[in-house]
Amino acid sequence: MNATPVLTTKAMAIGYKEARRPPRQLATNLSLTLQAGELVCLIGPNGVGKSTLIRTLSGMQPPLAGGVELAGLDLTSLSAHERSRHLAVVLTERISVGMLTAYLLVSLGRHPHTGWTGRLTDQDHEVVRWSLRAVGAEDLAGRPVSELSDGERQKVMIARALAQEPVLLILDEPTAFLDLPRRVEIMRVLRHLAHTTGRAILLSTHDLDLALRSADRLWLMAMDGTLIDGGPEDLVLNGGIEAAFRSERMAFDAESGSFRLSTVARGTACIEGDGLAARWAARALERAGYQLLPDCQPGTVRVTVTQALGSPTFAAQRGTDSRQFERLQELVRWLDSQDGGRVELQPMRTALRQAVEARNDPRPE
Amino acid sequence: MTATTETHASLEDLPRRSAALSRVAFGGLVVALVLAFLLSLALGSVQIPLDQVVRVLAGGDAARDSWTKIVLTYRLPKALTAVLAGAALAVSGLQMQTFFRNPLADPSILGINAGASLGVAAVVLSAKTVAANTLLANLDVPGHLGLVASATIGAALVLVVVMVLARYVNTLTLLILGMMIGYLTNAVVSVLLYFSIADQVRAYVSWTFGSFASVTWRQMPVLAVASLVGLCLAFLLIKWLNAFLLGEGYAQSMGMPVRRARLWVVINSALLAGTVTAFCGPIGFLGVAVPHLCRALWGTADHRILIPASALMGAALALLADLAAQMPGSATVLPLNAITALLGAPVVIWVILRRTPMRAGGGW
Repeated sequence: MNATPVLTTKAMAIGYKEARRPPRQLATNLSLTLQAGELVCLIGPNGVGKSTLIRTLSGMQPPLAGGVELAGLDLTSLSAHERSRHLAVVLTERISVGMLTAYLLVSLGRHPHTGWTGRLTDQDHEVVRWSLRAVGAEDLAGRPVSELSDGERQKVMIARALAQEPVLLILDEPTAFLDLPRRVEIMRVLRHLAHTTGRAILLSTHDLDLALRSADRLWLMAMDGTLIDGGPEDLVLNGGIEAAFRSERMAFDAESGSFRLSTVARGTACIEGDGLAARWAARALERAGYQLLPDCQPGTVRVTVTQALGSPTFAAQRGTDSRQFERLQELVRWLDSQDGGRVELQPMRTALRQAVEARNDPRPE
Repeated sequence: MTATTETHASLEDLPRRSAALSRVAFGGLVVALVLAFLLSLALGSVQIPLDQVVRVLAGGDAARDSWTKIVLTYRLPKALTAVLAGAALAVSGLQMQTFFRNPLADPSILGINAGASLGVAAVVLSAKTVAANTLLANLDVPGHLGLVASATIGAALVLVVVMVLARYVNTLTLLILGMMIGYLTNAVVSVLLYFSIADQVRAYVSWTFGSFASVTWRQMPVLAVASLVGLCLAFLLIKWLNAFLLGEGYAQSMGMPVRRARLWVVINSALLAGTVTAFCGPIGFLGVAVPHLCRALWGTADHRILIPASALMGAALALLADLAAQMPGSATVLPLNAITALLGAPVVIWVILRRTPMRAGGGW
């Protein structure tokens, strides 16, 4: 990968100018670079200014201080037309136009390259077809955009941006509103595009897990207006991600690379056994509010996982009680009932649970 | 042949195939327009055989002198007016619908019709009783040109206000402001009407019925130049209009000078709609219905097709509406606006109902 900077910012401040008030700064002193052929994910909690940064870098709003350079040229000095030949965006706003086929939508991306009538040459058609194929949307070409699913529409919108033949592609939350397989698919397409076509791709996302798995680099914006730049794994290891997202109600688990809900501690537990079933048994116990210990000690809940003929069995021991379960859900329920339910809504929960259990299981125990 | 090769073949053929289809549709429309034009010269209170009409158009004389006179003095200017007005209103409506991203937008949305109405109301309602009657009874009195002038001034005044606003506010705000200006102007007209006597009110009301018959050969150059300039301008705006399909954010990201484009679209729509309203009265429904009809027929939102298609379709439908209003074979003439509504409202209802995705969000 060569190291040509596609986009650089120097001591840039972003935010909004407000009438008769000092401007509202969201982040200051940003010195960022985007290299050709890399996929960078911008992540951070809501309200830190991800969208403002995206808008500033794509030239839709000016920076409050400092400058943005696109391929060495000052972004604000470029005309909209010049900018559009190097920089394409995928916005969050929803397109709802009837009688517009995916092919026509993608061909609109040729606008910066066509004459005043917008007439497409054979070469333009070639680029449109390439763009559709690049995102795997060639089958959608003849379909009206209004009839596409959200995932299909997002692919077509990316193809439209590609048809502009930009060196830099900026996407504002391209995976919002998509289900997991579609999110993974979009990220795969973008990563592939960045690596095979040498375009720089910047996208903002809330999907930390997916960003950690697919980005070449993360830009991590924290609530204090700082931006940490680094490899995904490095940011996990140096605690950057945990610091940015830290809150009372959840914690980032560096082991798994995902968030854990902080629940009321209910005790300690240990797992005996290994393999997939043991890992998910640990997850179930964590979810139930138990802190997992590496060694079993007196007073902890001990769960022994045995694998027989492909289906696991979970033997739980709590004090003097012990039971066997085939499903983790039943194990968690049993622990709940042993503890007398979760803390706050105890009487109501107990009553409700009794009612539900009586309904589900009319036989007397 | 496997499914994949079919897909690939269709991807290559897609632009060519749709171009061939649209040529067929255009051919049919042109034929329909010529037929409607000839019919509107032939039919009316006096029926004239088609071959006689063609002979008069070719510069010869019809079998009866009265026929030559009827065709050249009354029906030809009326038919030309219908063609120009229909094309202008339809293209103006198409521009408004794309620009405001609203399927119900039409030339009256910017308050331009209301402005023209105010101009006309001011002249008619302030004139003396006799003058008001003469004004609309006799087409060639100089007072009629005054009517056109006042309508133009009224439309232009509203246009200037809207254009000034268009520089500072966003599209949705502009839409609402345009409608409010329309309401305000209509309110002033209502007040004027309230203080007028019956004859004046009737003269004003008959202008609001709309008519293509009031344009004489002397006024024709003004109408023709204004609407042809507007139609040519619409062709220059095609690329911008296509970019506007995706909203202003995307239009800007594709290099459109959004502010300038917005100003030109407003100016052009006002020029087209304002001119027609001044000459023919406020004619409803052509501007709303024709673009929908064209989108459905051609199955595209591409303005390279929709602009010429709307112009031709608007012209043809205006001729047909006028024909229907004449009630051929009788001396009765129905209000043109009643006919355009009778033709137009079902079209809009049909188009809205057959639209497959009925989801919220204003798709059209």
